[in-house]
Amino acid sequence: MTILTAVIALLILAIIFGALLGYAAIRFKPEGNPLVESIDNLLPQTQCGQCGYPGCRPYADAIAGGDAINKCPPGGMATVEALADLLDLPVLELDAEDPDAEQNRIAVIREDECIGCTKCIQACPVDAILGAAKLMHTVIEKECTGCDLCLEPCPVDCIDMVSQPVTITNWRWQSPEAPKIIATDRAETTHEPR
Amino acid sequence: MSRVDRIWPLPGGIHPPEHKSESNGRPIARLPAPHHVVLPLHQNSGLPAEPMVAIGEQVQRGQLIAKGHHPVSALVHATISGRVTAIEDRPFAHPSGLSVPSIVIESLSDQEAALSPEAVSMAPMRDWATETKERLVSRIQEAGITGLGGAGFPSHIKYLGQRQIHTLIVNGVECEPYITADDRLMREHATDIVTGTQIALKILSASTAFIAIEDNKPEAISAIKAALVAVTDTRIKVKVVPTKYPSGGEKQLVYLLTGREVPSGDIPASLGIVMQNTGTLYAIKEAVVSGTPMTERVVTITGEGTPNPGNYWVTIGTPIQDALAATQVAVTGNRPRVIMGGPMMGYDVDITAPVSKVTNCLLVPSATEFPTAPDPDPCIRCGLCEQACPANLLPQKLFWNAVHHEWEQARLNSLSDCIECGACSWVCPSNIPLVQHYRFAKAEIKREAIETIKADQSRLRFEQRQARLERDAAEKDAKRKARAAEAAKAQAAKAQDTPSTLDASAKDAILASVARAKAKKAASTGPVTQEALENTVVLAQQAVDKTRVKLATAVSDGLPSVEALTGALQKLEKRLADAQSALQSHTETGDAP
Repeated sequence: MTILTAVIALLILAIIFGALLGYAAIRFKPEGNPLVESIDNLLPQTQCGQCGYPGCRPYADAIAGGDAINKCPPGGMATVEALADLLDLPVLELDAEDPDAEQNRIAVIREDECIGCTKCIQACPVDAILGAAKLMHTVIEKECTGCDLCLEPCPVDCIDMVSQPVTITNWRWQSPEAPKIIATDRAETTHEPR
Repeated sequence: MSRVDRIWPLPGGIHPPEHKSESNGRPIARLPAPHHVVLPLHQNSGLPAEPMVAIGEQVQRGQLIAKGHHPVSALVHATISGRVTAIEDRPFAHPSGLSVPSIVIESLSDQEAALSPEAVSMAPMRDWATETKERLVSRIQEAGITGLGGAGFPSHIKYLGQRQIHTLIVNGVECEPYITADDRLMREHATDIVTGTQIALKILSASTAFIAIEDNKPEAISAIKAALVAVTDTRIKVKVVPTKYPSGGEKQLVYLLTGREVPSGDIPASLGIVMQNTGTLYAIKEAVVSGTPMTERVVTITGEGTPNPGNYWVTIGTPIQDALAATQVAVTGNRPRVIMGGPMMGYDVDITAPVSKVTNCLLVPSATEFPTAPDPDPCIRCGLCEQACPANLLPQKLFWNAVHHEWEQARLNSLSDCIECGACSWVCPSNIPLVQHYRFAKAEIKREAIETIKADQSRLRFEQRQARLERDAAEKDAKRKARAAEAAKAQAAKAQDTPSTLDASAKDAILASVARAKAKKAASTGPVTQEALENTVVLAQQAVDKTRVKLATAVSDGLPSVEALTGALQKLEKRLADAQSALQSHTETGDAP
């Protein structure tokens, strides 16, 4: 008799909690894949398409679907490491033509040569180019992500990628050399073990 | 011991050699006016000020020459009378060694100087006790006064806060070795500093002021005490604090005097406290009571490399090399090495850079005084840095975080509360430049924060662009569909309308032609003539004959048209018969009348 009471009590509890969980699963279902959101947050949002996808969000989708994490040259190794950390994957070598290419660049239009064709405006993924047909165009420096996508469509090649100079506002302290663990490492100046 | 007199000992801290006696023995001397001054438009890390003068313009000492739009950028005043000779990038006293836009003023020749007014000054407010708070604050702003202790933020901002302030702390601690500028100023201008304190108390409506002085400055303590006895202001008290570095740090001094900790990321105002440097209060007194804008400050020029160590009134904007030359330091090229600030928190500067409002000390060391730091050894985890840290942090953990670029961990270990005092580096037996690692880590965390903001902005712009493109495409599609639907409708309407439209035009034509044919018929049948009827009979006879010939050949050739021809012949024969009968009847009726 006591066993029966226990079984019935547990059964009732199971039904109640099952119903509750079932309801919660439907009612509070998250929209989209939350993993994609966290991956997208790690990507640099240059929207350059160098990964082969039209923007950072589609690449985040692809990574969530199993694509390689090393296809983002603007993010550099820092992004690869962050993604590896998030997804618990091994760190891969960056897949870029020139992994050491300077990233801190912006597009600048040589305004005298601009013919006002609007092709770069259509190519810019973040609407950072201002202008109208047959009128001079210019890049809004603050919004440019340095993605290079405007270079290709320009029929008169009047867009340059320019490195941003170091000024008092963007100057940063550099890292001092960390002490070497093994004293003999100091002799080896050419080899960087870290 | 009453609460007011109590001191809360500071955790950590160090006792480096003081080296104060070299420079504090002589009264503050005034350096000769410089030939030219360089006034950077960047007063601190805020946005640059906008120049209000043009090249070639003549300016007077104390004239406002540049103004910032941002509240954190201070006003720039001409510090000598002269002519603006350049507005260009000039080296700037900053650890980066970068150049910033600056206004260069060259002094006038004696002849010209005699003709031009000496200096611009504001109306003195001798009765400052009756002035309003707003007028006093704007006077501090107009005089271009910035905090003379460290970061150089405009001082008036401290008086604009909305929080209720009960205590003013006057920072005369000057804990950094070598520097004696505040010490000398307190000894020589104690009354002025007390007046400045009274003005600040009035603006803040605060009830108490503590003048904090380290016990290694007995002359300054007695000078201030004497000045206080003279003014008999019971709100102001002198607090003598034990000599220890870094007691003069803002948060450290608040704890030392009140036992309360300033919350992380906040300012002392959150505890109802405002702190001012003694030099700043002296400048406030000068600006209010004498109407003099801030054009000079006391600078300690010391170190084994200088023959005349001491304190000097130096015009702000004087190139460091000129200031050094005026104290008989041999200057050649970019030599000697000069550290701006003290040995703990100072940094090497370009000697062509000008003296700024925050230059409290120019330290000219000899080669043996500050030898180059030896190569760092590995951390041996001795824990001395933790005992020395005045902010109760874990310097060793922060060091590992910085070396391994673990920014999130560094943040969790309260890196932002590090005051970069250098006590940990000072005690480190492995000579690790810990502060440099923390500065780098702070800079990287800041850079990442900026990049995150930029990435979020780019993402937003990208998504909005995508949304816009989709909306445009949808709109275009909708328009195209609407156009197609319109066209289809028009086609259908046309198909329906064709008969009716034909009615209108073609039907009329048809009716007209029918009418014409009828009229023609009527005309031909109307006045029927004998000849016409005879003609018809003849024509019919000819057609019959022709058909008969054709039929005969068709029959003989066995062609398939025989049948049709036979039919046609019958019709023609009938027409001939009709025509003959018509002629006959016409002849009868025609003959009859």
